[in-house]
Amino acid sequence: MKQQIILSGLGGQGVLFITRVLAEAAVLKGLEVLTSETHGMAMRGGTVISHVKVGSFSSPLIRSGKADIGIFLHPRGLEAHRGYIAGRDGIYVNTDKPGEYHGFDATGLAAKLGSPVITNLVFLGHVVKTAELFCDDRTIREAIEKISPSRQLELNVKGFETGLKGDL
Amino acid sequence: MGKNDERILMGNEAIARGLVENGCTLFASYPGTPASEILPAVVQFSRETGALIHTEWSVNEKVAYEVALANSMSGRRSAVAMKQVGLNVASDPMTRSAYLGVVGGFIAVVADDPGPHSSQTEQDSRFFAQFAKIPVFDPSSPREAKEMIGPAYALSEKYEIPVMLRPTTRVCHSRQNIQCEAPGVSSGKADFKKNPGRWIATPQFLAELHRLLNEKLEKISHEEAFAPRRSLGGSQEKEVCVISSGVACAHTRELLEDLGAADDVDLYQVVMPYPLNRGFVERVNRTYRKILVVEETYPVIEMQLLNSVTEGRRSGIVPGQGELTPDVIEEVLEKFLGRPSREKAPARGKGVRPTLCAGCPHRASFYVIKDTFPKGIFPSDIGCYTLGMNLGAIDTCHVMGACISQGAGFYHAYARDGKDMPTIVVTIGDSTFFHAGIPALINAVFQGAKFILVVLDNATTAMTGNQPTPQVGIRADGRKGTPVSITDLVTACGVRFVRSCDPYETEVFSALLKEADEYARKSDGGMAVIIAKHPCVLDREVAKFQPAYKVHVSEDCTACRHCLENFECPALVFAGDLDRVVVDDILCIGCGVCDAVCPVGAIVVEKGGER
Repeated sequence: MKQQIILSGLGGQGVLFITRVLAEAAVLKGLEVLTSETHGMAMRGGTVISHVKVGSFSSPLIRSGKADIGIFLHPRGLEAHRGYIAGRDGIYVNTDKPGEYHGFDATGLAAKLGSPVITNLVFLGHVVKTAELFCDDRTIREAIEKISPSRQLELNVKGFETGLKGDL
Repeated sequence: MGKNDERILMGNEAIARGLVENGCTLFASYPGTPASEILPAVVQFSRETGALIHTEWSVNEKVAYEVALANSMSGRRSAVAMKQVGLNVASDPMTRSAYLGVVGGFIAVVADDPGPHSSQTEQDSRFFAQFAKIPVFDPSSPREAKEMIGPAYALSEKYEIPVMLRPTTRVCHSRQNIQCEAPGVSSGKADFKKNPGRWIATPQFLAELHRLLNEKLEKISHEEAFAPRRSLGGSQEKEVCVISSGVACAHTRELLEDLGAADDVDLYQVVMPYPLNRGFVERVNRTYRKILVVEETYPVIEMQLLNSVTEGRRSGIVPGQGELTPDVIEEVLEKFLGRPSREKAPARGKGVRPTLCAGCPHRASFYVIKDTFPKGIFPSDIGCYTLGMNLGAIDTCHVMGACISQGAGFYHAYARDGKDMPTIVVTIGDSTFFHAGIPALINAVFQGAKFILVVLDNATTAMTGNQPTPQVGIRADGRKGTPVSITDLVTACGVRFVRSCDPYETEVFSALLKEADEYARKSDGGMAVIIAKHPCVLDREVAKFQPAYKVHVSEDCTACRHCLENFECPALVFAGDLDRVVVDDILCIGCGVCDAVCPVGAIVVEKGGER
């Protein structure tokens, strides 16, 4: 199994947490994993990106056009990061606007849940259900349970499951 | 801890784990991207394993280096970590420590930032190691970074020499599944052996110490354990080779495999770029017709190969600047191997620029400073507050602490001309002030400079992840320290005008700035310092304890964009469909500062109410 995933968003949206969830899920599946993250000034609301490479790779970065899946927590990430994914099939965007991608309004659904901060997990739930990810939803849930701080755990799982269901 | 303890570790955590497993007893650092996460991980792993390690966020990198060095002189394993420009600050103790050597193993972790992503230069610390004459290791992955710690300590102790570990951003901020072990070796009791000829080393001793250092390096360059490793290519040597190190080697390896060139080219990974293994240099020069070197960011390996055929940065095939991403290396390899170039989708934009958080006290400070002195000169410095450039409220950012000296320089530049002295308002963060601002302030006072210095005291080092600063009195491991007061320091520097206020109180702050300006302009006036105190709102506890007001924008908004351009709060957004500004209730923390911003009073803050 080899899969290359781009996670894009704005600083503060929880791209890093989703990166860690996917990495933990890979280990739970017994797969090798390499990620690369954005830290520093960009985390203050600027465009951030994580690369996740599952399987046998030596470089932590993905080349342009080589990502299988692109998970965009904010549509503004598209201008900078769309080129990592060839074609449009693997592009998942958190938005209520149509475009050349799979769009899903996780922000709206998280707001309905009353917890805008779990937009990232709601969207992850949607992607896990829709895309052909390297693992199934049970592994992702296990990874979320493993790395969530206890005060956040219940809410995180709820966000993820709501995304899986697609509605409340 | 079980036998099979595999974890996902970030490169910086892997380095920390390696230090704890290999008996490090003192670890000192100053925060800086991409090195900031090493210290918290050392604290965590030492707690978890029971390893006794003194950890500290030192006041700057020079201090960190010197503290760790004395621990090594006492025979104990030590380490220090910093970002590449931190090494500029620590270069003084480092260069001399090569001559005098160490006793307990000493590792300087210096994290480079090719790109750069979060730095003021993309300098190559391996070059610095060569300049200082100390060996340097260049890991290509988090796992390798951890694995290098043991051999680095062993090498350091065998030759009594400091060793540098030089990860880059892509190693520091990558995560990988890594095996963890229990801490093994531990150094003995502190035992400093007096040796004036070595530890005081006046000039008469130094030629001999230098000779010894050269001898050590010569021997290290013959250590086969640290010779470059064949990473691709069979037993039969080809005519063409690529020599690479660090994460660039990881990219290159994967690319050669993807390009189907793994059988045509020998790839060597250089684990110790300086001193480059002597036998390797001779063998490469004897064997290969074509040689390419791929390394970040300066031609350190390339220049040690000492031939004229090597291709790399000097021949122009490798770009002389910028990060060597896989896309960049792909083009280099295509050219070098004479392959057709693959078409790539160009990025269509740079994305969204970062900005100060909603409710950030720096935004309030900057808005008031610019509003009070529209024609002022605003030197500033390094931290979150560099984002004041978005508000047009800072004019310079150079290196840590430079803003105060620059303020003095601007004062002297204008003072010669007599009248028309612009108001100079220097802004510096609390952590930066402790790091390098104090000598600059003493100098400004003593040399007769007269300007306004605003210390943006948010009680933390926010940009790098909220590390504690000395005035708060909490140490790296959470224990209490002795707080060092900024007001006392400023007063002790000879400043006679020292005031404090909360920048959220915009009118009070503006009045203080005017008072400070008057004082600085008086014939018997001088430096005027205002400490703008309000804690960083990224700290959850802070947000909990400050009042949160309900904020909305009324229909009186004329869409003049004054607030968007001069205040730039992420919670104030332009709603195209309404043709006016609205408040994003998710981002707004209800600080209420924007009350003072709207020219027509359309931003309504319901003070006294709850959000």
